Amino acid sequence: MKSNDGAENSALLNELAARIRYQTLMMVNRAKSSHVGTCFSMAEVLAVLYGSILRVDPQNPEWLKRDRFILSKGHGAAALYAVLAERGFFPLEWLETFYQNGSRLAGHVTHHYLPGVEVSTGSLGHGLSVATGMALAAKRDGETYRIMALLSDGECDEGSVWEPILFAPHHHLDNLIAIVDYNKIQSLGTVKEVMDLEPFADKWRAFGWSVREIDGHDVNEIQSTLALVPFEEGRPSCVIAHTVKGKGVSFMEDKLLWHYRTPQGEEFANALAELEGHA
Amino acid sequence: MRTAFIETLLELARLDERITLVVGDLGFGVVTRFREELPKQFVNAGVAEQNMTGLAAGMALSGKIVFTYSIANFPVLRCLEQIRNDACYHDANVKIVSIGSGMAYGSLGVTHHATEDIAIMRALPNIAVVAPNDPVEARLATSAIVAHRGPCYLRLGRGGEPTIHSPNIDFQLGKSIRVRDGSDLTLIVTGGLLQNALHVADILREGGISARVLSVHTIKPLDTVAVLDAARETAAIFTLEEHSVVGGLGGAVSELLMEAEERPAKFKRIGLNDAFSSKVGDQDYLRAQYGLDTAGILATIRNTLGLSGSLTSANRR
Repeated sequence: MKSNDGAENSALLNELAARIRYQTLMMVNRAKSSHVGTCFSMAEVLAVLYGSILRVDPQNPEWLKRDRFILSKGHGAAALYAVLAERGFFPLEWLETFYQNGSRLAGHVTHHYLPGVEVSTGSLGHGLSVATGMALAAKRDGETYRIMALLSDGECDEGSVWEPILFAPHHHLDNLIAIVDYNKIQSLGTVKEVMDLEPFADKWRAFGWSVREIDGHDVNEIQSTLALVPFEEGRPSCVIAHTVKGKGVSFMEDKLLWHYRTPQGEEFANALAELEGHA
Repeated sequence: MRTAFIETLLELARLDERITLVVGDLGFGVVTRFREELPKQFVNAGVAEQNMTGLAAGMALSGKIVFTYSIANFPVLRCLEQIRNDACYHDANVKIVSIGSGMAYGSLGVTHHATEDIAIMRALPNIAVVAPNDPVEARLATSAIVAHRGPCYLRLGRGGEPTIHSPNIDFQLGKSIRVRDGSDLTLIVTGGLLQNALHVADILREGGISARVLSVHTIKPLDTVAVLDAARETAAIFTLEEHSVVGGLGGAVSELLMEAEERPAKFKRIGLNDAFSSKVGDQDYLRAQYGLDTAGILATIRNTLGLSGSLTSANRR
């Protein structure tokens, strides 16, 4: 019985991830915009966060006791908007306006007039500091909600990312969770070529974080890992999610091209066919 | 001004636990009492201004009234994008405090001189820009900023500035204070040059020139009524600031006047002429070197008005 529940649960989460990919593809195609690869690599992480982990209420997005989520990699906006709409924070039809004149949905994450978005991002290296401030405020106020920030790997080139990485363990912010979408590709090349982060987990550990490395496309592993936070009392948690850029569409997977390329024409049709095949 | 600020903040913070002071590992001897008395309302963010500011925004978005505190350019330029995106765009209750504005840190050199900060902060939407002229204004500005919802920039001196106002002046953000009445010309002054302006007005009066002196402690929002009154009622306007003439008080006033119906016959921005204050010396020495002491200000006024001869014998217009 329990295993059936588990299977049903993971099927639901995978279905949500598939819907995130589908909505994202439709949005970036319509908008002729970039960053489909970065949206696809975090689809399962977002699905698990919004499908299972985050204590949020789409009917009451300002609920004071809610968990806070910050998408620090703001260029993945389409996927965040998709999951928020799928969870009912705002109507699904709004997704059709992504990038369009007069829309509420800007190309980078925007809180203005958009229920469910905590913080606007788009310039890399901001989200973890804001999340850290929220975590510190929560601690000082005796609140038990958690603050989760999702970062990109390329973002970790920013010195400003390492300032809160230094700060948070010093202040024992175990209500803070940083997740890195480690898809190994950034704007102009692989992470290894551009600015190697390895040994990445060791760096976080050396700064005082409690670190888990997971398969960022395995909803069960994501869920069971995030269900355990904080991994250690008194320490912030870091989840390094090993992912594949462009995951879900064979010809986009692990391809630098799909950081910026927008799916149009035949490529769009092929991508859609692949996603519908999976769904 | 520094003392007036921290004492006022401590008084207010005792009554309102939302008030939080976040320092960038500076303020030795200044913030000690605050930290000891209210440790739960104090954070030392370390030498990391970007995190200090992003952190402050996160705390403010969680209901706190957060003051970031450091010296000169560190809490302003080093973390400019955090101020823009995280504080201003979110209209977060973050109050940025810079100590030692202008050339107050004298011989410490150009890295420690804040001489473009007003222009840069003023360009950001949602933020109020406040540069008190004396410790009384600094104290009242601190209270006003706590009460004001949204981001503010508070630009303070280093300490030891003369007290000019009486303790109970009427102080409102965005409303200038007419310190001296005058009908011939107006000196509009911000950020600690008020005493020099008053000396200048005294000397001008000996020469038969009646100078109005406005303390514009809030550059944004600017007291447009007082500036336009001055443009209508006096024939010349001079702005005085220990800051570049580009984009600061002088910039704000000239933008207003160029769009106004009535403009003064003469207008001159007095400040650093788009240059670094790279000479070495204390604040008074540097003010003299860059034309911001009484003699330098008078010389600029005389040249602008086309007055010849000694000041005391200058003809009244």
